[in-house]
Amino acid sequence: MDFIYSHLLSVILFFPVLAAMILLFLPKDEVKLIRWTALITSLVPFVLTLVLWSRFDANGGAAFQFEENYVWYAAINSNFHIGVDGISLSMVLLTTLLTPLAILASFGITDKVKAYMMLFLFLEMGMLGVFMAMDLLIFFVFWEIGLVPMYFLINQWGSKNRDYASLKFMIYTMGGSLGLLLAIQLLGVLFGTYEISTIVAGWNDITGGTLMGMEAATVKTVAFWAFVVAFAIKVPVWPFHTWLPDAHTEAPTAGSMILAGVLLKLGAYGFIRLVLPLYPAESAHFAGWLAFLAVMAIVFGAFGAYGQDDFKRLVAYSSVNHMGFVLLGIAAAAKAYGTTNAHIAMNGAILQMFNHGLSAAGMFFLVGVIYERTHTRDLRRFGGLFPLIPVYGGIMIFTSMASLGLPGLNGFVSEFLVVRGAWSQLSGFTAAGMIGLLFTGAYILKGIKNVLHGPLNEEWAHGEHKLTDINTREIVVMVPLMALMLSLGIAPAWLLGVINNAVTALF
Amino acid sequence: MFDSSMIMAILPELMLLILALLVLVMELVWKNENGRKLGWLTAGGLLLVLVVSAFLGKPAEASDVFGGMIRYDSLGFIFKMLFVFGAMLTSLFMMDSEKLGQRGESYILLLVATIGMSFMATAGDLIMLYLAIETTSIPMYILAGFMRDDKKSTEAGLKYLLFGAMTSAIMLYGFSLIFGFTGSTSLTAITSFSLPLAVGVILLIAVGVGFKISLAPFHFWAPDVYEGAPTPISGFLSTASKAAGFAVIMRLFIGLFPSGEYAQMWTLTLAILASLSMTIGNVVALRQSNIKRMLAYSSIAHAGYALVGAVSLSELGVGSVTFYLIAYVMTNLAAFGIVAAFSRVTGSDEISDYAGMSRRNPGLALAMLVAFLSLTGMPPFGGFVAKVFVFAAAVEAGMIWLAIVGVLNSIVGVYYYLTVLKVVYLHRMEGENEAEHPIPLTRPYAIALTVLSVAILLVGVIFGPWFNAASSAALNLF
Amino acid sequence: MTFPILSVIIFTPLVAALIILMMPAERKTEIRMAALLSAIFALALSFWVYLSYDQAAAGYQFVEKYNWLPQFGISLHLGVDGISTPLVLLTGVVMFTGVIISWGIDDRPREFFAFLFILASGVFGVFVALDLFMLFFFYEIAVFPMYLLIAIWGWVKTREYAAMKLTLYLFIGSVIALIGALAMYFNSGMGTFDMLMLETANFSARFQQIWFLPVFMGFAVLGGIFPFHNWSPDGHVAAPTAVSMFHAGVLMKLGAFAALRVGIMLLPLGAKFWSPLILALATVNVVYGAFIAMTQTDLKYMIGFSSVSHMGLVMLGFATLTRDGMTGASVQMFSHGAMTALFFAATGMVYDRAHTRQIPELGGMAKALPYVAVTFIIGGLVSMGMPGFSGFVAEFPIFMGVWQVKPWIAILSALSIVITAAYIMLAIRRTFFGEMPAEFEGHIGPISVMDKVALTLLSAMMITLGVFPGVMVPMVQTGIDNVLRILGGA
Repeated sequence: MDFIYSHLLSVILFFPVLAAMILLFLPKDEVKLIRWTALITSLVPFVLTLVLWSRFDANGGAAFQFEENYVWYAAINSNFHIGVDGISLSMVLLTTLLTPLAILASFGITDKVKAYMMLFLFLEMGMLGVFMAMDLLIFFVFWEIGLVPMYFLINQWGSKNRDYASLKFMIYTMGGSLGLLLAIQLLGVLFGTYEISTIVAGWNDITGGTLMGMEAATVKTVAFWAFVVAFAIKVPVWPFHTWLPDAHTEAPTAGSMILAGVLLKLGAYGFIRLVLPLYPAESAHFAGWLAFLAVMAIVFGAFGAYGQDDFKRLVAYSSVNHMGFVLLGIAAAAKAYGTTNAHIAMNGAILQMFNHGLSAAGMFFLVGVIYERTHTRDLRRFGGLFPLIPVYGGIMIFTSMASLGLPGLNGFVSEFLVVRGAWSQLSGFTAAGMIGLLFTGAYILKGIKNVLHGPLNEEWAHGEHKLTDINTREIVVMVPLMALMLSLGIAPAWLLGVINNAVTALF
Repeated sequence: MFDSSMIMAILPELMLLILALLVLVMELVWKNENGRKLGWLTAGGLLLVLVVSAFLGKPAEASDVFGGMIRYDSLGFIFKMLFVFGAMLTSLFMMDSEKLGQRGESYILLLVATIGMSFMATAGDLIMLYLAIETTSIPMYILAGFMRDDKKSTEAGLKYLLFGAMTSAIMLYGFSLIFGFTGSTSLTAITSFSLPLAVGVILLIAVGVGFKISLAPFHFWAPDVYEGAPTPISGFLSTASKAAGFAVIMRLFIGLFPSGEYAQMWTLTLAILASLSMTIGNVVALRQSNIKRMLAYSSIAHAGYALVGAVSLSELGVGSVTFYLIAYVMTNLAAFGIVAAFSRVTGSDEISDYAGMSRRNPGLALAMLVAFLSLTGMPPFGGFVAKVFVFAAAVEAGMIWLAIVGVLNSIVGVYYYLTVLKVVYLHRMEGENEAEHPIPLTRPYAIALTVLSVAILLVGVIFGPWFNAASSAALNLF
Repeated sequence: MTFPILSVIIFTPLVAALIILMMPAERKTEIRMAALLSAIFALALSFWVYLSYDQAAAGYQFVEKYNWLPQFGISLHLGVDGISTPLVLLTGVVMFTGVIISWGIDDRPREFFAFLFILASGVFGVFVALDLFMLFFFYEIAVFPMYLLIAIWGWVKTREYAAMKLTLYLFIGSVIALIGALAMYFNSGMGTFDMLMLETANFSARFQQIWFLPVFMGFAVLGGIFPFHNWSPDGHVAAPTAVSMFHAGVLMKLGAFAALRVGIMLLPLGAKFWSPLILALATVNVVYGAFIAMTQTDLKYMIGFSSVSHMGLVMLGFATLTRDGMTGASVQMFSHGAMTALFFAATGMVYDRAHTRQIPELGGMAKALPYVAVTFIIGGLVSMGMPGFSGFVAEFPIFMGVWQVKPWIAILSALSIVITAAYIMLAIRRTFFGEMPAEFEGHIGPISVMDKVALTLLSAMMITLGVFPGVMVPMVQTGIDNVLRILGGA
């Protein structure tokens, strides 16, 4: 027991791999066994995260807790150094929460179930590793590790256009990480270590002079943009977002849940953990540009969503829209470094990350529910389904409202904080963003209207296509999400407190 | 008068003479039997000669015997052993060669030629040298044209005779010039030369020995003669006879002009001729479709390679040439032996007819692999070490250009040697029924080829003792 | 008297070859068993050497020295250091997996295994040789069996051409290097071919600058350096599977390794002088190789050009003359060796069943050959430099090294990573996933247990090295530190 407590993070991080190994030896035809084993083993990291939460010192400030540091690649001075602070802890919680839900949501998969579940577990490890990493190389390692399972999940279990979508996803992201890789190499060579704290301190000390034969300021700017592009692709920031609609749409339901729920947050996390601390001057300098891009994402994401006829693609664009807020908050924090406004904006951004994770996962799941029954995602083919599937309808409205930012639900809190924090330094952008918010409402309501309201589409009312309502398993998937959306909407302090503690110390 | 060292000096020759007479007598005794018994006798006798001489005939230090006619030293000794070894294996190859092996005369001629070669390697006097050369050549002329019903063989013999006679006449003229101007025919006593004499002598002698070792541009006889002559004889010609020629070159040139500007003259001349040989030999070999002609051009090239060591005019140079010749004799004999074995059964010398030979007789193909790879200069066979040392000698002497020429030519050689192996191993016979057309090897061939293959490998891997022997020979000249 | 393990490792395949040659040709099963047993024996010995190498003591271990030709200073001087020990292990593994993969060869297996083992002996010999003459000796031994193996058992369409081209190229490269070696021998005045002694020869700067290029490039031809890489893709494709595994897996490493041992370690001043040129050529390898690989429709050609690209990374790392770069290069030799052996083994298994290697004609192989698909994917991930696998552990330090000398080359070469990812993923998808063309239905039989053993061994090594770099990198570093000492002193 002591071993687990003293190595809590490693256990959480690597237990999914252990689980995958267990799955490896199960007979591949025992589908039920595989599913339930996957589900139960994926609950273990979640439970351990709750333990972690309970033992986390909420007043710890910027200090990392539960640190573990082992020699890994001694030759280039990179250590396996992991730890959590308030920011990363919230992300870890999100990941370990969404993974079991996604696995539960995948009980409808019948083809190559073992491989599917194993890939999911490997993916979980990749995501957790990024959040826990305190060594830059470890960060990068887990960043890349998360790519491959997602590629295969989309490619093997996705819909019609999956070949194109999966390859685009992979190449786009790898291309983006190329700049990141090069910049990391540069930093490693310069400082002789990959320890993030050392690099941050040392890098900030370099203000003038030459680096690698070029002016330090130029090198720093180039490296800044290299980092930014890599993370911007992941978030995704307009105009690097074009991989997202295809990837989200073509992925299997649970894949989209995780993709939107967690993977996008990796990008934002990269901004918060690396870009801002490493390049405070450049971030402040380019904050206006970042805010501009954020607002583009908010507005165009909303417009894009509004124009969709494919339900899933609509939700995909909504992710672009919501992540825009995250970036707006980050930009504001960058610009007003150290002020209360920055803290508020950053809190809002991180909370938005968490909230969007919940609502996006929920929305994608709901799309999946209806797709499983109707085998179409075309909004024009639905209509007036509320009486047929009332429970589903209720859940969908609830989740949509959270996504929209209805006060009382979680979306409102985070969006409010972002706007409040960003207003004073980025007024113009914030104002434009609010207009985007208007269209957010528009597309959400459009979605609801097309599916649930209006004249009943006879196609689904009778005969073999008669719709069945949402079943127990599916409700079980949604309930935790809904509960969290409500609780964070009404009393967000339990989460915000932890986040705020870290944010105020860091920014 | 006579003392033991004089007997020891010519012990091998004496034994060879006795053996020749024995063969002559036994031929009359075994009149009605085929020549195989004579062949075994010759081979066995030569083995005895080899062993006895190796134990008894080794010179302790260099000396002149018989009034300076014979030089009794390591160089001569090693070459003599090489010739006897070559003759022994040739006699094994001759045994089952139609028409050639059945007559006792062929073995006698072989033995006489060997005696001649031995004297070539140990001659200390110009007249002795000339006598030795003729003693070697005349039996070889006859042996080359031995198959009198075969037009090619007769042509070969005649061509060889004419070429040989002409070139040795030219060489004799060179000898006479030396005698005329210096008043002596002893190789050790001649020292002073004037420039025109030196030039003339060098050129004239170069013609003679160049012919003997088939050096370009005196090589024209070689392809026709090798092709026409009975294959075992071609083998003997291309190896032992050539080695004898090299012995002469080293004794003559290094003996007469060891240093100074004359040395520069002859080394440069021979270096150019060596380059010419290597290039012509390799390039023309590329186009050959008859394996004997190909091997002929190949041996022209090899003469060039070996000469590279000689023109380096150093201990390493001479040592490397000697080593090269040891490796080369074994390799080329093996190659010709395989050709003989093959044509004995199939009657063909065309490379394309070797298709599928690896399936007809895998062991024979393997022997061919060993021999040809050694010719190419691949380890772990003797040819590799030989080439490395010869080129090393050139580099040491500062003639890097020559080493580069040699290296480039080796590369060309890779092509045609490997092509033959490809035909043997990869190509199939028409109808792909190799199993029904095996190539049986008779006992003498099997023995000889096994001995040679092992020897090639041995010389290539454990080359220390061989090279030491060769180096000790080199010391005699410096 | 300690057990002369290195000589035994070198001569086991040779002795095995001789024994196999003496077996009757029809007894094919016995021949295969003999080959397998010798391969297992050699593998066990190589593992033993690897595990017993004392990293704390570093330096050359398991040293043996037998005089061969004392008057020229030629001795059979053997020893392994941190760089060559992993390569000895790699050779043992490739030899073992190669024998397994060749189990199905039915046309004169006796000669096939004999030649394969002669090749293996030569390779082992080069890696452990500490005498220049012996290094060449073994180097050449490794060349000529390739000709026979490719020309006789290779792919009918191009085998004769490819075999001759390969042999000529490699032979030319090695003789050019040989001339350089002879020059070193004579110039040093020490009268020895012993490399450890030649390291102290103190050749003049001019000498080193003149001779480094022929020596390095002569060997680097075998490493596939641009513009002398042309023999490699054709050679890869024409060769039978096990020979391709040897070729790309180990033989090309011979070239880079010898270039390091003879070129960089004996002529350090020359190395420093010419390093910019080598960097440039290697960069061309890396980027150009990747681009060309992308255009290939034949799976084996794709892997062949990918090898050209990855060997470019090796030579890039060596050319940086930095600790990181050279460490990465040495690890890359091992990682790429295992990866490419895996690729060729897997491709061979597909080809044996589908009788085509054209990517557009293949499809859906994962259903029939799931094990092959998974291991091929693992190989693909290694090839892309995906973290968690050995490719990343190798490539990352190489790039760090390049950053220390010419940053913009690092940026340029990094492009190859993305290109590699693209063509590998595409090839995987088209070959293993999607629809299986109708003509293959029912014709794709499963692979044998031994095939799985081979694939597993190779994958396991790459994953282990990727997750725990500590199992190999510290050992390599002790060797690289020695090289740096030589470079620093010069």
